Amino acid sequence: MRKNLNVIAAYTIMMGLIILVGIFQSWNIALSIFNLCLISAVMTMGANIQWGYAGLINFGIMGYTALGGLAAVLISVNPVQEAWSAGGSNILFSLFLIIGMVLAVRYVLKKYEKSKIRTYIISTIIILGIIIIRFVSEPGIEAIEEVDPAKTGFLGGLGLPIIFSWIVGALFAGGLAFVIGKVALGLRADYLAIATLLISEIVIAIIKHEDWLTRGVKNVIGLKRPAPYEVNLQQTDWFINLVEKFNSSKLNLISDFAERQAALNQFVIEGSSVFVKLCYSGLFLIVVIILLILTQKALYSPWGRMMRAIRDNEEAANAMGKNVVKQHLLIFVLGSAIVGIAGAMLVTQDGLFTPGSYRPMRYTFLIWVMVIVGGSGNNFGAILGGFVVWFLWIEAAPIGLYLVNLTTAGLDDTHALKVHLIESVPYFRFLMMGIGLLLIMRYRPKGILPEKIEIK
Amino acid sequence: MDFVNAIILLLNYIFVPALAYGSQLALGAIFVTLIYGILRFANFATGDMMSFGTMFTILFTWYFQSVGISLGVLPTALLAIPFAIIFMVGYMLIIDKFVFKYYRVNKSPPVQLAMVSIGVMFVTQAVVRIIIGPSDRRFFDGEKFLIKAGEFKEMTGLNEGLAIKSTQVLTIIVTLILVSTLFWFLNKTKTGKSMRAYSDNEDLALLSGIDPKKIVMITWVIAGILATIGGALYGLDKSFKPFTYFNNMLPIFAAAIVGGIGNPFGAFLGGYVIAFSEILLTYAYRKFFMYVLPESMEPGGLVQLLSTDYKFAVSFSILVIVLLYRPSGIFKGKVL
Repeated sequence: MRKNLNVIAAYTIMMGLIILVGIFQSWNIALSIFNLCLISAVMTMGANIQWGYAGLINFGIMGYTALGGLAAVLISVNPVQEAWSAGGSNILFSLFLIIGMVLAVRYVLKKYEKSKIRTYIISTIIILGIIIIRFVSEPGIEAIEEVDPAKTGFLGGLGLPIIFSWIVGALFAGGLAFVIGKVALGLRADYLAIATLLISEIVIAIIKHEDWLTRGVKNVIGLKRPAPYEVNLQQTDWFINLVEKFNSSKLNLISDFAERQAALNQFVIEGSSVFVKLCYSGLFLIVVIILLILTQKALYSPWGRMMRAIRDNEEAANAMGKNVVKQHLLIFVLGSAIVGIAGAMLVTQDGLFTPGSYRPMRYTFLIWVMVIVGGSGNNFGAILGGFVVWFLWIEAAPIGLYLVNLTTAGLDDTHALKVHLIESVPYFRFLMMGIGLLLIMRYRPKGILPEKIEIK
Repeated sequence: MDFVNAIILLLNYIFVPALAYGSQLALGAIFVTLIYGILRFANFATGDMMSFGTMFTILFTWYFQSVGISLGVLPTALLAIPFAIIFMVGYMLIIDKFVFKYYRVNKSPPVQLAMVSIGVMFVTQAVVRIIIGPSDRRFFDGEKFLIKAGEFKEMTGLNEGLAIKSTQVLTIIVTLILVSTLFWFLNKTKTGKSMRAYSDNEDLALLSGIDPKKIVMITWVIAGILATIGGALYGLDKSFKPFTYFNNMLPIFAAAIVGGIGNPFGAFLGGYVIAFSEILLTYAYRKFFMYVLPESMEPGGLVQLLSTDYKFAVSFSILVIVLLYRPSGIFKGKVL
């Protein structure tokens, strides 16, 4: 118990801060911060597995998040029948062509020794394949995008409950990570960082511009929910009764019936959105706890010990007969799959998929700040990092506003400098993140909750 | 005649813009490569440092405009750049003193320095946005075109016009002067030679009495000059927006690595490789083929290899291919 005191203390303070937001701002805001903290925690766990366990640097988090989001769309949206009949066959045929192309390349790679001719054959296959695929898919894509472009204009999904997408998102992200890992994991650390960053940008470019698949920048809105809708809740009896019970002390003070009814309505409207958010919190909490148990078990298992050995001394681990390349690939895929889950969770919570919103600042670098600040190699630290950094990211604007008002208190309200500073309050969050990261890296390089491995 | 038209078409839409864009990338890429070669880390704050320098150029341009100083046909920004460089170099030296120096002295692994540069990126981005705001700024004044498309058509009697913006010419000339001075400095002067020695083998350089503090300081000064001029030229040619500058970090990295990171000449050529491949692969060649081919063979579609949406993706794919098959770059890297 005693040795875990700092963990407990850190989490208590964090929860206390969120509760304070609930009391002083509103429970709605507090819960939405809490939900996003949980999602960030899942992302940091994914990044932490790669960086903290294995020392692999992955700046492609944005790409996996977006793929998870794409999974949510492809699973939950109802299929668009007209689009399928207009261009589905072309798309399916192109898919087969891609598979055929990959198989052909694999065949050549296996069959022939490494030589210049082999390289030429492979590049011919790829170039010819791309040209043929373009010829096949183009009419299909045009036809699909012409189907009611204001509302659909894409193939739609499978029409399944959105919860399934959390698993599919993990599969998508893991699959991409497998491909990237196969080609890029041999690179030196900083090259790997740049390569993954650029590959994630390519993924975003594809998601943004392939309208037939994702609707691109037109966004997909109104995704299904795993939680009840506020409007329905406000009309169900048991929920109204529940709210009445909760607020009975306040309601009893109002004697007038009409006024009491109006107050109750207000409580029901507020309560419904809190209730929906609570549903999400419950779901997310389950995911976080499952992942935490699994990652903790992995950390203390022989496999975890091997990963740390590989991280700390690759050559020595290799000499001991551990397959470094294979383990690196495995952990790269696992970590990315976890990030994919988070991406699907994020889209599930928002109920919309906006490819334009995926930016490296928010989805790659911020997550890295979380991992570093929280404590790499320590799962509790990574989760805490997600909480602390997201909390600050959201509350930076109010804090910044307060600071600006404090420092410029002597100035007139219309003074140009004060107006300018108040307008730029949203950017104080970048400043806070940057200074926070620099301070932590300098004075507590292992993070708030450093890695602590007990030998049992 | 059709053939000449086709050539002019390519010159107008591919060659001139790519040359200008490539020069801007090249300056950034040399900046990245110098930091990598001498300070030994990948600087993720590149784009934001460039936008920081450009911001000062804009502020000084505004000041000069408000007091009525101008350069006539040339943009006022040219006058502002030297002043901006002073501020930029100051900022870089301050950052080095308070942030990077600690890790350099402790001999931290390059990854840690790269992480630290992300912290610097956040801070720089915030400072730029707080001071000048996130919106699009144009600060170009003076004569806009050197040759206008219409004038060119009248002059030569061709169907295709050739428009050359003065900023494009300016970019190319300034880049050439700057880069040749830099190469002269690195290859001929004593300080430059000691910089190359330090990059090549740190221990040996220290042994032969080269002062590392001086080398590091000069590197930051050169980096500051390159970042400010590169950023300002990009801003003059297109426009200044902090977010675009942050994004430009990616093609700049691509250029530096394609050319062989640590090798300034490679970075210089890498800039053009990236720019030309981006534009060549996303240009619609329909009109070109209409001029060149006989009428019966005219193509139906746009004859575009990739849609312009994938402009960035092209440079990244090139980078990934280079990284996989020739990690040291087209020109051997790690030799300054």
